[in-house]
Amino acid sequence: MIIIKKFKAPLLMAAVFILLWFWLPDIAARSTDVALDYLKEMVLVIPPVFVLMGLLEIWVPKEKITQLIGSGSGIKGIFFSFLMGTLPTGPLYIAFPLAGSLLAKGARISNIVIFLGAWAAIKIPQLVAEMEFLGLPFTILRFVLTLTAVIIIGQIMEKVIKPTDLTQITND
Amino acid sequence: MTTIIVYILLALCVGLSLLKSREKTKKAFIVGARALWKMAPGLLAIVGVVGLILGILPPETISRLVGEEAGLMATATAAVLGAVTLIPALISFPLAGSLLRAGATVTTIAVFITTLVMVGFVTAPLEIKALGKKFTLLRNGMSFIAALIIAAVMGVILT
Repeated sequence: MIIIKKFKAPLLMAAVFILLWFWLPDIAARSTDVALDYLKEMVLVIPPVFVLMGLLEIWVPKEKITQLIGSGSGIKGIFFSFLMGTLPTGPLYIAFPLAGSLLAKGARISNIVIFLGAWAAIKIPQLVAEMEFLGLPFTILRFVLTLTAVIIIGQIMEKVIKPTDLTQITND
Repeated sequence: MTTIIVYILLALCVGLSLLKSREKTKKAFIVGARALWKMAPGLLAIVGVVGLILGILPPETISRLVGEEAGLMATATAAVLGAVTLIPALISFPLAGSLLRAGATVTTIAVFITTLVMVGFVTAPLEIKALGKKFTLLRNGMSFIAALIIAAVMGVILT
């Protein structure tokens, strides 16, 4: 019962898919294709990311994170957060648990926003594709503007959010 | 390619961890597994939502919605589509490129790409679980506004 309740969202999705197969088999076929592709990617990428998160949690002391990207880390902290974000690692949603444990270990909110922003918008393989299809001026301009925006958003969020507003993923 | 890098990184880290302490490595796996279990329903639901959205709105439909007219309406549609959909970069850039050639404005394309990567409507429940409601709302809300400003600036500079 508890398991059914925990997984009610995916179960609901499954029900929608079943209904769709009766109603609009065309769309259902296309949706199922996309979903299966996506699932394959997830099954490959997600387990290692959570193991890495566990290792980070166990091995890296809080002081180290605070020193690197915590309060008082200044420009160096911005740089490190950006660098961690640009590593080629996959879709943004797998960065959320990592960001959560970094925050719990004393990272500044502004740096976490930069980390997520870089992860989402400024990936190196992604930039190569962007240059190819949209040209160099477009890519450079978007890169500079996005980085600026992310830094500003981080500053604002740090002012507005209190530590109690954050949830902690590693303890229940 | 990305996957290979992730696994190489993982192998290095796990190897190092095992060398230093078997006990702590086990603990790390437990911590990871517990967090994964907590996120699993959200992750599975995302698979379904992404499938549905791209099933209903395949790239061809998106280009029809965004590409036909180059007005404010197209830009607004692009902003919303970018925020709600979750398209892998390898598909979204060629799509954006062909839209641009088909007559969409730089502003429209820029807003689409920027909301696509920075605003995640579908992934918001996961983000809330890991980082809290306030964090998620603020990050996505401000990123959406930032995307509109970025696109407007790019439109002025590049056209």
